Amino acid sequence: MIRLSNVIKRYGGDVEIGPVSIELPSGGIIALVGPNGAGKSTVLTMMGRLLAPDAGTVEVGGLDVHRAPSKQVARTVSILRQENHFVTRLTVRQLVGFGRYPYSGGRLTEHDEDKISEAIDFLNLTDLEQRFLDQLSGGQRQRAYVAMVLAQDTEYVLLDEPLNNLDAQHSVQMMQQLRRAADQLGRTIVIVLHDINFAAAYSDRIVAMENGRIAVHGTPDEIIRDEVLSAVFHTPVTVVDGPGGKFAVYHR
Amino acid sequence: MLSDVSVSPAHASAAVRDRRIGAYASRAHRARYLLILIGLIVAALALVVLVLSWDNHQVPFSDRWWRVSRMRSESLTVIALVTLCHSFATVSFQTATNNRIITPSIMGFESLYILIQTAAVFFFGISGLVGIDGFAQFLIQTACMVSFAVLLYSWLFSGRLGNLHIMLLVGIIIGTGLGALSTFMQRMLDPNEFDVLRARMFGNVGNADTDFLWFVAPVCLVSAAAIWMLARRLDTVALGSEISTNLGLNHKRQVMIILTLVTILMAMSTSLVGPMTFLGFLVATLAYSVTDTYSHRRILPVAWLLGFVILGGAYFLLRHVLPMVDTVTIIVELVGGVVFLIVVLRKGRL
Repeated sequence: MIRLSNVIKRYGGDVEIGPVSIELPSGGIIALVGPNGAGKSTVLTMMGRLLAPDAGTVEVGGLDVHRAPSKQVARTVSILRQENHFVTRLTVRQLVGFGRYPYSGGRLTEHDEDKISEAIDFLNLTDLEQRFLDQLSGGQRQRAYVAMVLAQDTEYVLLDEPLNNLDAQHSVQMMQQLRRAADQLGRTIVIVLHDINFAAAYSDRIVAMENGRIAVHGTPDEIIRDEVLSAVFHTPVTVVDGPGGKFAVYHR
Repeated sequence: MLSDVSVSPAHASAAVRDRRIGAYASRAHRARYLLILIGLIVAALALVVLVLSWDNHQVPFSDRWWRVSRMRSESLTVIALVTLCHSFATVSFQTATNNRIITPSIMGFESLYILIQTAAVFFFGISGLVGIDGFAQFLIQTACMVSFAVLLYSWLFSGRLGNLHIMLLVGIIIGTGLGALSTFMQRMLDPNEFDVLRARMFGNVGNADTDFLWFVAPVCLVSAAAIWMLARRLDTVALGSEISTNLGLNHKRQVMIILTLVTILMAMSTSLVGPMTFLGFLVATLAYSVTDTYSHRRILPVAWLLGFVILGGAYFLLRHVLPMVDTVTIIVELVGGVVFLIVVLRKGRL
């Protein structure tokens, strides 16, 4: 379970995210949606303890992530941000190997190697594992980072806009792989999404944020409705029945 | 077992093939690394033999031979220590700050040391330098520098300034500013005081300030050993603050520890031979490109050996073959400066 209690983050004088209080059950994919600047990424990075809140507590899997020992937190929750800039030259397998750092401290055991191979195979990177990261396309590199956090073997996986810069094909592949990770590996995946329709198609719960607060949350059936989405996004949205479920139309 | 494997052919082949990769991208990378390492060790040993025996006509290892070689071996020790300091400090500094352009020297670590030396003479007169016991004073100055530098640079790299370009700009301004302040104070000094200060500060490789070598050497070795012990963490710190935090490292604390060690190493090196602006950059950049691995345990020794061969080679050539002792530092700076320019201008893969 992920529990946020009265979490507040202030940026400068007048921008304030929160107070946010929410309880999210374990299992499945939880999508964070909302307009730009609503505070989705801020809330996610606070859950992943990359950003300390100015007030309130964040508990993930029973751990207060900002106070519990860092190594223990790293075995419970992993987080991946959008932009990852490395200066070192790494192959895919070496990068994924870093996901085992909380367990191995950099000295990989047989067991670690198995976990690394598993994560690489899971994301269909087997043939690319010897490649250097700078020899990959954007979509492949994104998958390599996701493989790293999967190899970290945490119950909770937080991803900040993993579909950013991916084309239709790679976006769909990525979401299907995340769906499989939730279903087959039993992970709880919290994901910031820009495209409401990906959230509608793949997630078990949707948390809609607006203006630094949680506007509404619930199952896709409860959220993917004309009046709810129109209010959250400040744009007229019409929900239609598409071939693969509900579909939000707002383009004109 | 068999049925397990036959479920999926893709998995079967994966299980048969040993997929472990370690620190090298391929077997060829590994072979190349070992070749380079052995080559550098041989070159370094050859250099030691050459420097000790060049133009030394006495029976090797006799008393007379040692009399000739004593000063040379002291120079070799200084070269080994200075290159150890610069290579370890630069590589770990670049990892901690997640860049491959700025180095401790460029950011003004050495200017800070010189400023503290100058300020001591400026405010307390010659007695500030020679009055109290020389060693106590050396300790005080080093302690001052380390604490001040850690404060200044941990603030600078705390992420407040975020991007590398602003950090570089601020760092260079601080570095030049500190240098200018020293020059200003030196102008105002009494010539006698200036002379004493000069003797203390502007050491060079051929004529190093070795009074406290018995203290400087172990401090360098211990700090370098500490960096060596931190090497696996450095590998992770190199992935940036967010990923290393995600992997369970206290990134801020690691950066503080690394900056402290870097400051100590730079203080020791500056106390021996004065500033060497581009030596660290030169050896670190060369080491990254010849090792081609992320592993600090592989990069650090190569950087040190490269430094020893470059600085020692320049020293040997300019001292024994072409007698121009004072220019050793200048030549290395020149080569380093040109490499710096080429790298910054090309700015290909850093």
